Amino acid sequence: MIKIEQLSKKYKGADDYSVYNLDLTIEEGEIFGLLGPNGAGKTTLISMLSSLLKPTTGSFTIDGLTYGKNSSQLKQLIGIVPQEYALYPSLTAFENLFYFGSMYGLKGNLLRDNIDKHLETLGLLQFADKKIAKFSGGMKRRVNLIASILHQPKVLFLDEPTVGVDVQSKNVIIEHLKQLNSNGTTIIYTSHHLNEAEHFCTQVAIIDLGKIICIGKPSELIAQQNEAKNLEEVFLAKTGKSLRDYA
Amino acid sequence: MHKLWATTYKEFLLLTRDFGGLAILFLMPLLLVITITVIQNNTFKTLKETQIPIVLVDQDKGNVSENILESLRQTGRFQVIDQFDEQQAQLLVQTGKYQLAIIIPKNLSHDLTQKVDQNVNDILEKFGAVEQVDSLPRLKPEPKEVRLYFDPATQYSFRSSIKSGIDQMVTQIESQTIYQAFQDQLADDPTEEIFDTESFIKFTEIIPNKDGEASLIPNSTQHNIPAWTLFAIFFIILPLSINMVNEKNQGTFVRLKTNPVSYATVLGGKTLIFLSVAMIQFGLMLLVGVYLFPLIGLPRLDVAGKLPLLFLVAFFAGMAAVGLGLLLGTIAKTQEQSAPFAATFVVILAALGGVWVPVFAMPKFMQALSNLSPMNWGLNAFYDVFLRDVGIVELVPEMALLFAFFMITTLIAISYNNRKNAL
Repeated sequence: MIKIEQLSKKYKGADDYSVYNLDLTIEEGEIFGLLGPNGAGKTTLISMLSSLLKPTTGSFTIDGLTYGKNSSQLKQLIGIVPQEYALYPSLTAFENLFYFGSMYGLKGNLLRDNIDKHLETLGLLQFADKKIAKFSGGMKRRVNLIASILHQPKVLFLDEPTVGVDVQSKNVIIEHLKQLNSNGTTIIYTSHHLNEAEHFCTQVAIIDLGKIICIGKPSELIAQQNEAKNLEEVFLAKTGKSLRDYA
Repeated sequence: MHKLWATTYKEFLLLTRDFGGLAILFLMPLLLVITITVIQNNTFKTLKETQIPIVLVDQDKGNVSENILESLRQTGRFQVIDQFDEQQAQLLVQTGKYQLAIIIPKNLSHDLTQKVDQNVNDILEKFGAVEQVDSLPRLKPEPKEVRLYFDPATQYSFRSSIKSGIDQMVTQIESQTIYQAFQDQLADDPTEEIFDTESFIKFTEIIPNKDGEASLIPNSTQHNIPAWTLFAIFFIILPLSINMVNEKNQGTFVRLKTNPVSYATVLGGKTLIFLSVAMIQFGLMLLVGVYLFPLIGLPRLDVAGKLPLLFLVAFFAGMAAVGLGLLLGTIAKTQEQSAPFAATFVVILAALGGVWVPVFAMPKFMQALSNLSPMNWGLNAFYDVFLRDVGIVELVPEMALLFAFFMITTLIAISYNNRKNAL
């Protein structure tokens, strides 16, 4: 599904690569977790895969397509849930979703029904006509997710989709993502919630300093790491306990 | 096409949801055009109808100073105060109590008469009309200086108009003195008038129309509405660029970059909405000029038979403004970059375009620069319709330039965006 070869990204003026010579293959139908400390290169990798950043070197294909040649096709194929709330605060939830759905070529009753269906599943139908500016963080996160899945993407990229939301919202989001996955959507997501990733992902890769340190099923990684009881202990063992502040 | 309409509808919603911003977008240009027209109309009235108090210091006490005083009074523009000496007059003007003081030097009448008499005598001697008298001493009077003290705060145009007015008066008095000297020398009977001293050359102000016939002289409304309407239309780059910067800050622009929609479509929606705003602004300006101005004592805007052409020019001027806004919004990263730049740049374009100072009065290199200002093209097109009464064919070059400006700025914006996001 996704084949990444020798992918690197070095930002202008930076001393080091954010992602360095990364090779990775993600199979169709997986829920793939990209885990790593701050500044590890998770967001940079997702940004490259979702057409927001140009790689310095290397290449990748998604379902056999590349951005240069098949940009429009590829964008139709994928969905991206950015880390920030990428919504118009002065528009209602429905208006935001109608607009972003239209950008994928959806229209008419098909689009309306699709919006209503997702709003209902994520518990927001009664707030469809309220402005986003009035929404709580959790509600915004859920609308942010719906805006990226209205066109039923084959691949969904999520950059920390549950950050800053309450347990209830997080639960609804994760359940909805599982439902999408069961309907055939491949999910690639980054998170700092290792417990969430451990139970949600079918595969995880721990990234640090732009490189993959380890990759595998969460249960396998836990088993491989001596005395580790969960993914968080694997993570700390692999990346260390020192702070990763950067600016 | 569906994506374009969806984008246009979204822009419409964004604009109409910000009621305060919308009100400012429509009301401020109206306030601007009303304020400027009232001020300019009043300035015009002030110069023409109300009297400006000035100080006259008459050190001559002769017929020349009497003539100057009389001429000043006859203009009806000045209220002459003649109770101060030169030192006091200078102080009063310097402190801004009066805008002007005229100092008529001592012996001006005597010396002018003496100089003219000598010259006339010399001429008549050459023609043998009078006998040559060698024994008379030849006195050469010193040239006289009429001093004009101006308040430093007065405008150059005011000073210039006063100077030329006084100069005209003095020249007229000199001519009359010469005529009088000839009259005294040649006429046997002092009551016999041998010269017709009436001015031979007169000026008539004519504004020709395209048929070569004279038409009414344009009033301040006819001048102000096109200039300030254009200024307001170009101010649209400010909200437009802020709208685009907001999308970047909200993250919606990031989402749009990942959507299968071209940047041209995104800009297309903005163009349709902001162009509509420009047209509504223009319509409101016309309504104000036609209906409100007469109610507040301003001259009525005459749009009879010109509306289709006026809207056509406004449409192309609006396109040029929108193109500039799209380019600025594409390049700017923050509101701190876009807002001050947009506001200042519109003022510069207006200055270059001849909104404040006519282009012909600018230095040569500024005149050349002015040809590059879309506001200059728009203003010329509006003046062509409002004041020169031209047809659509004559407007084609200016509208083509405005359209080309829109195309170039938009294409640069698209190309800049694509280059920044090329994969």
